[in-house]
Amino acid sequence: MENILNFISSNQQIIYIVILMIFVGIEVIGRVPSVLHTPLMSGANAIHGVVVIGAIIIMGKAEADNYLALILGFLAVILGTINVVGGFVVTDRMLEMFKKKK
Amino acid sequence: MQSHLLTLCYLIGSITFIIGLKMLSNPASARKGNLVAAFGMAIAILGTIFLYTSETGEHLGNYPWIFGGLLVGGVVGTLAAKKVKMTAMPEMVSLFNGMGGACAALISVVEFNHLSKEIAEGVVSAGDVQPTVLIIVLGLIIGSVSFAGSMIAWGKLNGKVKDLSFTGQNILNLLVLAITLAAGAYLVYDPTQHMLVYVILGLALVYGVFFVMPIGGADMPVVISLLNSFTGVAAACGGFLYDNKVMLTGGILVGAAGTLLTILMCKAMNRSLQNVLIGSFGGHKSAAGASGKDQGAYKEISLADAAMVMSYANKVMVVPGYGLAVAQAQHVCHELEKILEEKGVEVKYAIHPVAGRMPGHMNVLLAEADVPYEKLLEMEQANDEFKTCDVVLILGANDVVNPAAKNDPASPIYGMPILEVEFAKTVIVNKRSMKPGYAGIENDLFFQPKTSMLFGDAKKVLQDLCAEVKSV
Repeated sequence: MENILNFISSNQQIIYIVILMIFVGIEVIGRVPSVLHTPLMSGANAIHGVVVIGAIIIMGKAEADNYLALILGFLAVILGTINVVGGFVVTDRMLEMFKKKK
Repeated sequence: MQSHLLTLCYLIGSITFIIGLKMLSNPASARKGNLVAAFGMAIAILGTIFLYTSETGEHLGNYPWIFGGLLVGGVVGTLAAKKVKMTAMPEMVSLFNGMGGACAALISVVEFNHLSKEIAEGVVSAGDVQPTVLIIVLGLIIGSVSFAGSMIAWGKLNGKVKDLSFTGQNILNLLVLAITLAAGAYLVYDPTQHMLVYVILGLALVYGVFFVMPIGGADMPVVISLLNSFTGVAAACGGFLYDNKVMLTGGILVGAAGTLLTILMCKAMNRSLQNVLIGSFGGHKSAAGASGKDQGAYKEISLADAAMVMSYANKVMVVPGYGLAVAQAQHVCHELEKILEEKGVEVKYAIHPVAGRMPGHMNVLLAEADVPYEKLLEMEQANDEFKTCDVVLILGANDVVNPAAKNDPASPIYGMPILEVEFAKTVIVNKRSMKPGYAGIENDLFFQPKTSMLFGDAKKVLQDLCAEVKSV
């Protein structure tokens, strides 16, 4: 019990962020028309590519002789970057077609 | 100073993600919203590379590797996203999502190895790192499931992977999940069992495959959206791990928004998420029952007759479906619309929310062909107008106009709202053959007296129709 309480109080900032972000996430897309479901999914897909930051940190911290960490980290950076860049570009291509032409 | 600057970068990143997502949910601002989020992402990534310092004040090293990875990933991602055809975009999203999941899983593996080395060297005690291990294991499991599931979803959408379901599958799936979680819990309990991390990785990958395998191809958009929110949560685990606020906010934001989006998509099909995930589509008796029924005969219509009927109609409603997308027939469809309008025929499009392979798929396609936005009717509007339509032209749509959804409780799509095309005077259906649609269900509509079939590839048929209508 004390462990749990300790954990909560030492991580309270993070817990607050998580709870508030859940509400923000639900709130911001609450009224999306069905037409935009696909682009929105794709845009959100690009945003979770933020995980690449973790990969960069790993890569940058890896010791020069730790080949496993270097290789896995390198792979993670590549995959994360594909997620970010590909995600934003593909979303842009989808949305390009929504612009009004008069 | 530098770490404060980095905090600012992350703050900007988090705020742009929220604003970007908000703008993405409105048609007028969507494109700008995407750019806003991309801008924030660039700031957060560049900030990390140049400003990040560890607890001991050291900068990141291995720049050649980092930039090499960014370069390779950037080039591959851009090319893939630019080259992909509009019809294949859903697959692409699934693939990108899988990459993110794999990235999260790899981070967990590397971090765990790092941690277990520290335990072995006695730098930290196994008891102290248990919360960290919990986060690592969560990121590993969620990321791996998301990766494996996305790959299967990708394969299903492009037809490389077939549906597979057998009795007891749900129980087997739950069993695999339970073993995975148990292995994870054991590793948290005893972090010195360092080989267990690979066992968990393998199990989670297997579960990801099993999880998506029985779900029908028609439900893939919902699955992709769900896996998308999984990856969001996996990214948030990374945020926990590094106490990195931008990863945390971005990940949780996508996790929450993705979950809601998944539920909204299910609602558009009038089904519950549980029904999508467990009641696998067309896998059981109901489909067999439907196909065993005597269907009677259908009738065909010639191009010339079809052109005639449409030219003399007052109002024609086009119902586009996946067939239109596959044939890349959106431009010639717009062409036909213009020719008919010149003859004084009113032409509109009825868009079912899940027509094609993804919600909004048809809107994107038709917008690409410059079809005016006002001509696209949503399902409710369209259903009000079918009564006044002389001709409904169905282009490669099937399940979204299947009356079984309304009147056959045994049908797997029973309860899904459909476009009620049978209220129009005449229905012309363009399909490549009489084969059932993606959900694998027969469609009674094709056998009704007012329905005529016009077989062939949508693009070819529409081109010929254009020529015929011109000459009427």
